[in-house]
Amino acid sequence: MNTQVAVILPIAIPLASMAISLLAWKSVAAQKVIGVVSSSLLLLSAAVLMWLVNREDILVLQVGSWPAPFGITLVADRLSSIMVMLAGLVMFAVSIYSLVTIDDRRVDYGFFPLIQLLLMGVCGAFLTGDLFNLYVWFEVMLIASFVLLTLGGERGQLEGAIKYVALNLMSSAAFLAAIGVIYAATGTLNMADLAVKLRSFPDEGIVSVLAMLFLIAFGTKAAVFPLFFWLPASYHTPPVAVSAIFAGLLTKVGVYSLIRAFTLLFITDLQFTHNLLLLIAGLTMVTGVLGAMAQSEIRRILSFHIVSQIGYMLMGLALFTPLALAGSVFYIIHHIVVKTNLFLIGGVAERRFGSGRLAAVGGLHQSMPLLATLFFLSAMSLAGVPPLSGFFAKLTLIRGGLEAESYAIVVAALVVSLLTLFSMTKIWAEAFWKPAPPNEASITVGSGSQFRRIALFGPVVALVAITVGIGLLAGPVITLSTATAEQLLDPDAYIEAVLPDRHVTESEPIPRDSVFDRTPAMHHASAVNRHSALDEYQQ
Amino acid sequence: MDILLAITVGGLYAAGIYMMLRRSVVKLLIGLGLLSHGANLLIFTAGGIVRGRVPVIPAGESQPLTAIADPLPQALILTAIVISFAVLAFALVLIYRTHQTLGTDDLDQLKATDT
Repeated sequence: MNTQVAVILPIAIPLASMAISLLAWKSVAAQKVIGVVSSSLLLLSAAVLMWLVNREDILVLQVGSWPAPFGITLVADRLSSIMVMLAGLVMFAVSIYSLVTIDDRRVDYGFFPLIQLLLMGVCGAFLTGDLFNLYVWFEVMLIASFVLLTLGGERGQLEGAIKYVALNLMSSAAFLAAIGVIYAATGTLNMADLAVKLRSFPDEGIVSVLAMLFLIAFGTKAAVFPLFFWLPASYHTPPVAVSAIFAGLLTKVGVYSLIRAFTLLFITDLQFTHNLLLLIAGLTMVTGVLGAMAQSEIRRILSFHIVSQIGYMLMGLALFTPLALAGSVFYIIHHIVVKTNLFLIGGVAERRFGSGRLAAVGGLHQSMPLLATLFFLSAMSLAGVPPLSGFFAKLTLIRGGLEAESYAIVVAALVVSLLTLFSMTKIWAEAFWKPAPPNEASITVGSGSQFRRIALFGPVVALVAITVGIGLLAGPVITLSTATAEQLLDPDAYIEAVLPDRHVTESEPIPRDSVFDRTPAMHHASAVNRHSALDEYQQ
Repeated sequence: MDILLAITVGGLYAAGIYMMLRRSVVKLLIGLGLLSHGANLLIFTAGGIVRGRVPVIPAGESQPLTAIADPLPQALILTAIVISFAVLAFALVLIYRTHQTLGTDDLDQLKATDT
C-alpha cells in the first residue's frame, strides 16, 4: 500500500466512525463501542504516521492526484505528525473518560458522533497544506465545538457559548478576509507555493498587512492577549470531558497555525512580525496567570492557565532560534498531555462535590489518595518542577531565551512559572488538604462497578504516566523537538516536498492579477499561465 | 466597479462592527452576518472582476483566448457562504434558546460566566 495513504487516515477514521455512529443513532452502546474503537484506530494511525514521517521526513498527499498548487495538498511533516499523535492521545483518553461521565441525555443528542467530527476538524487542520482548506477544517472544528459546548442547554453553557460563538466567528471572518487578500496578492493558496511567492513579493507593506490579518485570525483561536476573552468565559461551562478535549486541542490548533504561518509564510520581516509575537507572548503569559490567581473555581483557574501557557508556546516561535522553537514544540507536547489531564482530574473532584468551587470541595487527600497523587504530579509538572515534563519544556525555552539574549521574556517566563506554582498550590491546599466541608452531601465517585473506576481513572493514570515518562526520558523528546524545530526553520524542504516540479512556480513571475495593480492583460496572463501549467500536467 | 465594490465592502464591515458593538444579542448576530458578507465580497473583489467572460476554453484550444473571470474566488465564496449559512443558523437557534432560558437578550446581563 502506498505510504501516502497514512496522511489521510487521521481524517478518514473520525469521518467514518462519525457516519457509522450516526447510523447507530438509537443505540447508545453501539456509539460508545464505535467511539472507543475509532479513537484507538486514530491513535494507531497517528503512531504509524509519526513513524513514517520519522523515516521519510515529509509525507505529501496530493488529493485526487491534482498536482500542487492546483489541488488540495495534505502534508505531514514532523510538527503535523506530533500534533496528530497528541490529538489521538487526547481523543483516546477522553473517549474512555466520557463513557461514564457523559449523562444519557447528552449521549442521546449525539455526543459521540460530535467528538468524532471535532477530531476530524482538528486532524484536518494539522495536516492540510492549503490555506482555504485550513479555513474549512477550522469551520468543521468550530461547528462541532459549538454544538458540544451548548449540548445540554444549561444556563452557563448558553451564556458562555454566545461569547465563544461570536468571537470565533469574528476570527473566521478575519481569516476569510486574509485569504481573499492573499489570493489577490499572489494568485495561490497552497502554502508551499505561497512561501515561494511571498519571499520575493515586491511590496513589503502588503505582506505585513497579511501577516497581521493572519495573526488576528489565528491569534483569536489560540487565545493570545488581547484576543482570549472567549476562553475563560466558556471553557468551564460544558461537561468535563468536553472541557478537557477543548483545553487539550482547540487552542493548540491556533498555535499550530501560527507556527506554520510564521515559520513558512511570513519570514521576510522578522524584525517586525516576530518582535510583535514576542511582545504578545509575554503579555499573554502574564495576563493569563494573573487572571488565574483571581479565580476560585478549579476549572476557571485551569482555563486561565491555558491562556498563560499559550504565551510560552509563542515565546519559542517569536525567538525563532532552533533551540527556542524546539522548546515550543516540547512545551506543546507537555502542555496537551498535562492540561487535558488536569481537567479530567478536576472533573472527578467536581463530580464528588457537585461543584468546582474551591470553597465547596476539600479533604480529597484523605478520601481519594490516588486522585491526590495524580493531581499533585500533574500540577507540579504544569508549574515546571523537576523531574516532570514541564521542567524540561520550560528549561529548553529559557535556555533559548538566554541564548537569544531576550532577557525580558526570560524574566517574564520565570515569574509566571512561579505564579503558576502558586495557583496550583491554591487548588492543592483548598481541594485536597483542607478538611472536607461539613454538611456537604458528597457523592461517592468511582465506587460501583470496576468498569466505572477504570473508565474514570484509567485515562488519568495513563496521562500522568506519560507526563512522568516525558520527564524521565526527556532526552528522546528533546531530540524529537529539535529535529522538528530544524525542519520548521528550513522551509525549503517543505516547499521541495510539496512542489517537486518547481519550474511551474520558479519560471513564472509573481502574477499580479490583483487589485493592487491590475490590468486586464496581466490578469489574462496569469489565468493563462495557470491553464497552461494544468494543460502541461494533463498531457 | 472595483471602487464601488470596495466601498460596499468597507460599508458592510463598518455596519457589521457597529452592530456587534450594540448590547442586543440579535444585533450581534446581524453584525456577524454582515461581517461574513463583507469578507465574501472582499474575496470577490480581490479576485479580479472581469465582465461577461466566462472561464470556458473554446473547443480545440488549449488555453483561453481572452482575459477570463477567475473561477477560483467564486468557488471559495460559494464554500464560505454555505459554511456561514450553517453557522448562522446554529447561532440563531442559540440566541433563541438563550432568550428562552435566561429571559433576556441584553449582553450586559449575560455575564454570569465571565470573570
